[in-house]
Amino acid sequence: MSSDAIAIRAAEVGGRPWVEALHDWITTVDHKRLGILYILFALLFLVIGGLEAIVIRIQLMRPHNDFVSPQVFNRMFTMHGTTMIFFVIMPFMFGFANYLVPLMIGARDMAFPRLNAFSFWLTAFGGFLLYFSFLGGSGLYGAGSAPDVGWWAYAPLTSRAFSPGHSADYWTIAVLVSGFGSIGTATNIIATILSMRCPGMTLGRMPLMGWMTLVMSGLVLISISPLSAAQIMLLVDRYLGGHFFDTQAGGSATLWMHFFWIFGHPEVYILVIPAFAFASEIIPVFSRKPIFGYPVMVAATVCIGFISMSVWAHHMFTIGMDSAANTFFVLTTMAIAVPTGIKIFNWLGTMWGGKLQFKTPMLFCVAFLFQFLIAGLTGVMLGTAPFNWQLSGSYFVIAHFHYVIVGAILFCMFGAIYYWYPKITGRMLNETLGKLHFWLFVIGFHLTFDAMHIPGVLGMPRRIYTFEPGRGWDSWNFIISIGAFIQGVATLLFLANLVVSYFKGPRAGNDPWDAWTLEWSVSSPPPAYNFAAIPTVESRRPLWDRKHPEDPDSRYE
Amino acid sequence: MSAISTPIAQTAAAWKLPYRSKVGMACLIIAESAIFTIFVVAYLYYAGKSMTGPTPREVLATPIFYTICLLSSSLTIHFAARFLERGGRGAFLGFWFLTIALGGLFLFGTAQEWHRLIYEHGLTISTNLFGTTYYSLVGLHAFHVTVGLILLSIVFLFGLAGRVGSDQSARVEVLSMYWHFVDAVWVVVFTVVYILGR
Repeated sequence: MSSDAIAIRAAEVGGRPWVEALHDWITTVDHKRLGILYILFALLFLVIGGLEAIVIRIQLMRPHNDFVSPQVFNRMFTMHGTTMIFFVIMPFMFGFANYLVPLMIGARDMAFPRLNAFSFWLTAFGGFLLYFSFLGGSGLYGAGSAPDVGWWAYAPLTSRAFSPGHSADYWTIAVLVSGFGSIGTATNIIATILSMRCPGMTLGRMPLMGWMTLVMSGLVLISISPLSAAQIMLLVDRYLGGHFFDTQAGGSATLWMHFFWIFGHPEVYILVIPAFAFASEIIPVFSRKPIFGYPVMVAATVCIGFISMSVWAHHMFTIGMDSAANTFFVLTTMAIAVPTGIKIFNWLGTMWGGKLQFKTPMLFCVAFLFQFLIAGLTGVMLGTAPFNWQLSGSYFVIAHFHYVIVGAILFCMFGAIYYWYPKITGRMLNETLGKLHFWLFVIGFHLTFDAMHIPGVLGMPRRIYTFEPGRGWDSWNFIISIGAFIQGVATLLFLANLVVSYFKGPRAGNDPWDAWTLEWSVSSPPPAYNFAAIPTVESRRPLWDRKHPEDPDSRYE
Repeated sequence: MSAISTPIAQTAAAWKLPYRSKVGMACLIIAESAIFTIFVVAYLYYAGKSMTGPTPREVLATPIFYTICLLSSSLTIHFAARFLERGGRGAFLGFWFLTIALGGLFLFGTAQEWHRLIYEHGLTISTNLFGTTYYSLVGLHAFHVTVGLILLSIVFLFGLAGRVGSDQSARVEVLSMYWHFVDAVWVVVFTVVYILGR
């Protein structure tokens, strides 16, 4: 049934001019195409943000380097941070949620297909606006320049006096616009999950990906909105002469910090919860066991969602809060380690006694488990206020959060691509190249980010464009930069794999991994309407039930 | 074909999920509430911290009449939706128009107050912290009222053209959720600006 549909579609596409195909992609409201657009957009910006990181690392490779000027260096770290958070990881996660959630819950599309397209194009527009600042940043003042206020854009650095021209405006509006896009998509995902599940797909039977995406979308609603509000205030200050963050007129720079981190900390969980979701789908399949402790996983995710909204000021221990506030934020920060630890034990419990298959997606997820644990441990260290007073604003912090963002989130993103690429394109990714990518990236990652802890402890502050020789930082910085280059090479290898396998990869078939969720029940790539007949579900592993009618899961749940 | 659809038809009776537009509107309301919360926090945080005048105590007058207008429009839209559900299209259009009129009156009240503040007291968004926080909080709410009025008017025009019947009742209900939210926000803004902030 579904293979007929594929044949017709391929014939159609083959016979049409490319302009028409392009028009189809631009005007599409199909959740799968929008998902692919989101992912491609994210990969494009991954390359750009990665190049900016390479520029930073070349500059810091040796003391007194003058590869770029201090001004350019400031622009690079600002753009690197903003790009990676808002235009790489978020669109990537939304892309996969878009593509997979309807397929996993047995729906034919998202709840609001046109809102979906609108949200994607808002995000895309935001990204291009941010990069247009390289041309238009200083407006009529002369040569353009990108924003250089850091990705958290503390006041009063963003005021007219310190950021003349329009570079800060491009930053504000790009983030605001993409924020509206994120809110739109989050709304869409929640409505899809709550209102579009196929018969029998109760919330308790939904794949963990569904649950975690639901929690992540809820967090987007509650935490991207404060950022949007703060950006509106900043625009009022910059364009209408307001005084929200104008310390000369009684305004407060601290208030911006609070507003930013009320967004900023839940944002970490917006990024990492979908990574958890990928791991929770991939690890069981390659352990040949159902996920261990499904209800506890759901509870821990919801719990993380709630606690994550009460920890924001642990980013602000050094501004001098009173001891009651410090104690509160230390305790909540410690508390969040509990549900996170539960998750790690559940993934380990899933692998325990399983028939492990170390295919590339699984390798990335195993590395994720290991690295996320270390990231969590340095997180607990930094969550302790006295320790934080010592090391806040140092490279130790940089090492910590890159351990989360690269070591946990990016690794899961790679794992997700290796796992679902066959479904999306119909072709398998090259396994040898995949393994090479994995090992190179692991080596590069550990060279860079393990080493980065040390100059942090030795007192190297973040965001410095160069440093004096002989402080014990020299060789560490050299090692960090070498690791960055290795990661760059690994990423290029990965991109090459994506392209080559798209044309040359072996056909994947419907279900190359022998998996259990509904997306593997349809052809690869799935037909435009997803399911010829809406499926009915009786357990958490509907495809297992279909493959093993003699021993279905529904008998035990 | 019938072999496929029969089992679905059987389960579909028992399988009922919430209306997606209602869920979508609820999400929008949650996100908007977070935005308003930040503006309210900023207002309260900066209350009394302006370094120059005028202060709220000197210039603000409590808009009781216009508040009653807006709050009662929540009742009228509720009745309009109820009438539509039962098929009373005439009564629906009447109450719907009343809602638009009351909302419009409220906006007129805001405009009048802003005109007075700007031309009599010289208070603009850049005068002091009070001006900055007051105009942005009240303005953000007025913006939401304006959007609501545009949406209500579109439905009203469709209604006049005879296109809104009881089968549209669920959709009208979604718009009514938004309008109730706008009213509820005003209760908070009113409390913060005209009672606590003075």
